Amino acid sequence: MIVPVSYYLVLSAILFGLGVVAFVFKRNVITIFMSIELMLNAVNLAFVAFARAHNQLDGLVFVFFVIVVAAAEAAVGLAIVITLVRNRESLNVERVNLLKF
Amino acid sequence: MEFISQHPVLVVSLVKIAVLLFIVMTALAYLTWAERKIVAHIQSRWGPYYVGAHGLLQPLADGIKFLFKEDVTPPVSDRLVYVLAPFLALSLALTAIALIPFGPPDVQVLGQSVFIVSNLDIGLLFLFAITSIGVYGVALAGWSSNSKYPLLGGLRSSAQMISYEVSLTISVVGVLLLAGTLNFNGIIKGQEGYWFHFIPRWHVVPQIVGFLCYITAAIAETNRIPFDLPEAETELVAGFHTEYSSFKFAMFFMAEYANMITVSCLATILFFGGWLSPFPDIWRWQLFLPGAGLLALGAYCAWDTVAEMRGIARIQLAVVTLLMLGGGAICLIPPVAAVIQGPFWFTAKVLAFLFFYIWLRGTLPRFRYDQLMSFGWKLLLPVSLANLVITAFVIILPLLRHG
Amino acid sequence: MNIPFILFFVCALLAVAGAVMLILAREPIHSALALVLVMMSLAVLYLLLGAEFIAAVQIIVYAGAIMVLFVFVIMLLNAGVEERTDFSKIAKYAGLPLAFFLLLWIGHWLAHAPAGAVIANGGSAPTVAFSTVELSKQLFRPYLFPFEATSILILIAILGAWVLARKEE
Repeated sequence: MIVPVSYYLVLSAILFGLGVVAFVFKRNVITIFMSIELMLNAVNLAFVAFARAHNQLDGLVFVFFVIVVAAAEAAVGLAIVITLVRNRESLNVERVNLLKF
Repeated sequence: MEFISQHPVLVVSLVKIAVLLFIVMTALAYLTWAERKIVAHIQSRWGPYYVGAHGLLQPLADGIKFLFKEDVTPPVSDRLVYVLAPFLALSLALTAIALIPFGPPDVQVLGQSVFIVSNLDIGLLFLFAITSIGVYGVALAGWSSNSKYPLLGGLRSSAQMISYEVSLTISVVGVLLLAGTLNFNGIIKGQEGYWFHFIPRWHVVPQIVGFLCYITAAIAETNRIPFDLPEAETELVAGFHTEYSSFKFAMFFMAEYANMITVSCLATILFFGGWLSPFPDIWRWQLFLPGAGLLALGAYCAWDTVAEMRGIARIQLAVVTLLMLGGGAICLIPPVAAVIQGPFWFTAKVLAFLFFYIWLRGTLPRFRYDQLMSFGWKLLLPVSLANLVITAFVIILPLLRHG
Repeated sequence: MNIPFILFFVCALLAVAGAVMLILAREPIHSALALVLVMMSLAVLYLLLGAEFIAAVQIIVYAGAIMVLFVFVIMLLNAGVEERTDFSKIAKYAGLPLAFFLLLWIGHWLAHAPAGAVIANGGSAPTVAFSTVELSKQLFRPYLFPFEATSILILIAILGAWVLARKEE
């Protein structure tokens, strides 16, 4: 008896929800970035689960591209964070409020 | 008894893991002895010779010293990470050794192959995954020590490791193109056969550039001389493991040597034919090579026992002599000789690579850090990429011509 | 209770524990290590689903390169202790129950909808692993253009990161 695919989907939903909670409630920029990576990982799990459910490889190809895009995004995002720290001296996301009215 | 026949996979795997762990730990200990002896002889001195005969009990003395040393914990910034880092480094290094095939898969007990602990279809990729995670041990150790030298050493060392990891992976892809599979047994199978009936079809011949790139990147990856600036004594005290003492330091030490062993095993599997013999199969006399070698070593030990002056060392040498002569005699029995061929050639090649590592350590000066980084990115990476592209072209050109 | 089920529940528990530690940790380095734990347990789950290549790529790229980048940046910027934040009243008293009911509704749909039944059962055939050779054929034939486009994307990311992070002269 193998593990049903819906179990993986529920786990993916839970992880995605926890990622959203972390994104909304944390105030350190780097932790917010990490919550984005958590959400992307949850989505990857859903893709692989569906690839297994339909027995097709296209889900895995998409996971491959999501991982690559996440890598590029992490590189540029962390460079932005470094620039932010250089200019604002703080990692608190509430200090980045010049455009707030 | 029926438990064994009902669960053959579990029982045989546990036995293999226990034996492999014992052999690897002993090999690690005696690798330190061999390093000290060989580097000493290169530098025209003796090395350890007092503790046992020829200093052979030195690793035992070192182990006891490490166990009983005082465990000083400096005011670290983070206790959990400080304790986690050496465990991570050692466990990853030992996990990598479980993937290596030590002999042909057809020697079997209870339906499980004796010389292979795990036979993954993506074995090579998994080994690289373990190498990637190994960077964490170094970076976290350096950061959690809450001190300048470990932080700098840790950051430099991990930056060096991730830089050379790229060249390592790319230089191996040429071998993958030739072999067509990520499975270690498949890669070794692809190296069977001989050109002109006596040159073995090892991947080192078509992929010589890939081999040179691999061995350079591997030495940089394991933080050995000439690439060991982050942990050199004259530069950064001891680099990322400055603030560790006693058992945790011993774990880092063992992890470094285990990484060396893993990289040497990988080099023999990918480029030098793994457990295949360099002599053609029709030369039947090579069956008696292990036995003859052990008997010769036993004869040397016997002569040494007679020449030795101290009583305790003489007894120890006599025991070693008897073991070697007994082992040699056992290896001369034809069924045993046929089984022992694979592991014998594998061990011989790995020992040759380890000797090469230690030889480099005794001979070469070390790179400066910026020289190291520019070498990795500006020379090694383009050369590996060029090797990959040329190999791909050479493989695909005949297929394109035939349409 | 056979081995796949036990392994699934252990890894699922580890993943959720890692995600919760990401939220609750005071120091960013602990959040980063918790995320690495999540990624490793997800890699084991991919292995359970038969996607061996994706599991290896997840460990090599995600846990072994991207998270190392995060850890480096945290170490270099010396990111300190996270300040305690006050949850707004609406989030605590209305948000959490709503989220819980949403989760229950999704679970109900997954278990009872007609399309959900196909997904929920998953069949009883043993898992045949996805072949790496087939996956590479998919990448290099139908999906060749996205593959080359991602290489250009990575080049752009390298250039962007270098320009953003260099010191102003």
